[in-house]
Amino acid sequence: MRRSPPQRLADYLPIAFPAGMLGLFFVIPFGIMVAISVFKRVQGGFYEPSFTLANYARFLTPFFGEVLSFSLGLAALVSALCLLIGVPFTYMLTRLGRRAQVFWLIALLGVLSLSEVIIGFAWSTLLSRTAGLSNLFVWLGLMEKPEAWAPGLGAVLTGLVYQAFPYTVLVLYPAFSRLDPSLMEAARTLGCSPRRAFLNVVLPVMRKTLLATFIIVFIFALGAYLLPQILGRPQHWTLSVLVTDQAIYQSNMPFAAAMAVFLVIASLLLVGLSVLISGRKGIGEQ
Amino acid sequence: MSGLQLIDITKRYGAVTAVDGISLDVDDGTFVCLLGPSGCGKTTLLRMIAGLEDPTAGEIRLQGDRINETPAHKRNLGMVFQSLALFPHLSIGENISYPLRIRGTNRADCEARVRELLDMVQLPGVENRAITQLSGGQRQRVAIARALAVSPQLFLLDEPLSALDAKLREAMQVELRQLQQRLGITTIVVTHDQREAMSMSDQIVVMSNGKVEQMATPIEAYKRPASPFVADFLGQANLIRVRGSEAGAAFSGGHIPGLALPDSGQALVSIRPEDIIVTADESGPVKAGIVFIREMGSTIEIHLDAGNERIIALAPPKSHCDLRVGSSVSLTLPPEACVVFGADGAS
Repeated sequence: MRRSPPQRLADYLPIAFPAGMLGLFFVIPFGIMVAISVFKRVQGGFYEPSFTLANYARFLTPFFGEVLSFSLGLAALVSALCLLIGVPFTYMLTRLGRRAQVFWLIALLGVLSLSEVIIGFAWSTLLSRTAGLSNLFVWLGLMEKPEAWAPGLGAVLTGLVYQAFPYTVLVLYPAFSRLDPSLMEAARTLGCSPRRAFLNVVLPVMRKTLLATFIIVFIFALGAYLLPQILGRPQHWTLSVLVTDQAIYQSNMPFAAAMAVFLVIASLLLVGLSVLISGRKGIGEQ
Repeated sequence: MSGLQLIDITKRYGAVTAVDGISLDVDDGTFVCLLGPSGCGKTTLLRMIAGLEDPTAGEIRLQGDRINETPAHKRNLGMVFQSLALFPHLSIGENISYPLRIRGTNRADCEARVRELLDMVQLPGVENRAITQLSGGQRQRVAIARALAVSPQLFLLDEPLSALDAKLREAMQVELRQLQQRLGITTIVVTHDQREAMSMSDQIVVMSNGKVEQMATPIEAYKRPASPFVADFLGQANLIRVRGSEAGAAFSGGHIPGLALPDSGQALVSIRPEDIIVTADESGPVKAGIVFIREMGSTIEIHLDAGNERIIALAPPKSHCDLRVGSSVSLTLPPEACVVFGADGAS
């Protein structure tokens, strides 16, 4: 393999295609979006070129602040729940036999093949009063009478965690399967109970992976716009839902674009912040 | 009873028997090597002593008490892993004081003990460095210091020196042995390196296929191997199939006069290369031709064909400067240096 830095223009050729695709399908649309966000809306459904910050000024309302903080909070909660379930799950998974691991990974990949719409409606049925899981609990004698759990915050969380969980495991899996099992055993021979060894050794050793997973799931959940609508009430709608609402139903492209730009900047800032925090621990770093 | 006792320990994984009914007594303060080829069950045995695996059957006793049901973290032992298993997120000092902090030792006592342990392994003043700043041999010492931090009853090491280069490994063998003697701690080392086992231990336990072939002092195991496997595994051995004759024993290459054989008249004889006497004339009882000579510096290794047998002899280099590949010589196999096994390999 070549290790020397590229010398001639032709040496850059291999990255020309991905760079071109990124430019064509990401940078240019994003540029258009940024441009539209400062355009002026024309009553009746379209916009005309101009330079106005009026779209951004609309953020300075209590309503917008509420939606933004709810979106960020929801995304953080989904990430936290995914890690809370995903980390022990993945740790156990890497300790199973080869066949069992393959089975579980295929099952998780199967979830990825489901569309968001199917996931949303499946959960709204499962959590409904008439046909939902609560009927099963009543039948088992655990509950008095069936209850409607959807729409509601719990239903939104359930749907989002369900959808993000396979990603969580797939990001955690490689790191956990490379983890030296003797680290945990060493902790045990040094006087640590297995649970304490997990909290004390495995989690700190894996903290970079955990942070990376948190960020990935966070951004994934921040972008969700379908599940909050299907499984939630209007007060559970996220910024992404509002973007969709403005763009498609209110035909206010400039405002939708401004919100989208703001969302991108907000998530970039959060990612940058968490990288900064994790980079500060000096000792033991490679 | 003091020390560590293993009573009929067996470990099965499904249909595979990794450890097959092993019983051992390890006295307090001794240095024991579990020696054997890979897959002989030595690591599994060590892990059962550590509490990282549960025996399928049998009993482990420490100072007379059954510890089968005691979880690893309550056994009060120190273990050095093959991968060392130093915690990458902690500094050297934090690694060493980890078992102390688990037990609630205060900060000042931890620091004092870390300094003491680092002095003991001859690495003073590195407590604030990261693991990645150390060389392989230094990491080895840190792992040893961490394992000994709480003055455990048992010190277990799983192939501790296998990652080091040859010269450093020799030095660490000496150091480890000196450390063990100074502390008087009961130590069990798993190794596949017979030189390492010979040079460090009070007792060698030679294992194969999940069973103990022999437990003895290194010299005894070397001089009086209990089976052809032990003879072959500990150093070099010539294993020669012989039958009884009027003069003693005979094989296709000649005679071993005066060697007593079992009544069946069939036997397997083991003799060390350094015990074979090579003479340039043809006066000895075994006629042989030289097929290969290896100069080893301090000795020369002579490969010979005697009848249908390939025999290896070691000789001091000066006395045999006239030997050439192809020349005919004669050998004497002193009967007192021969170990006789039954024809089926039993002694």
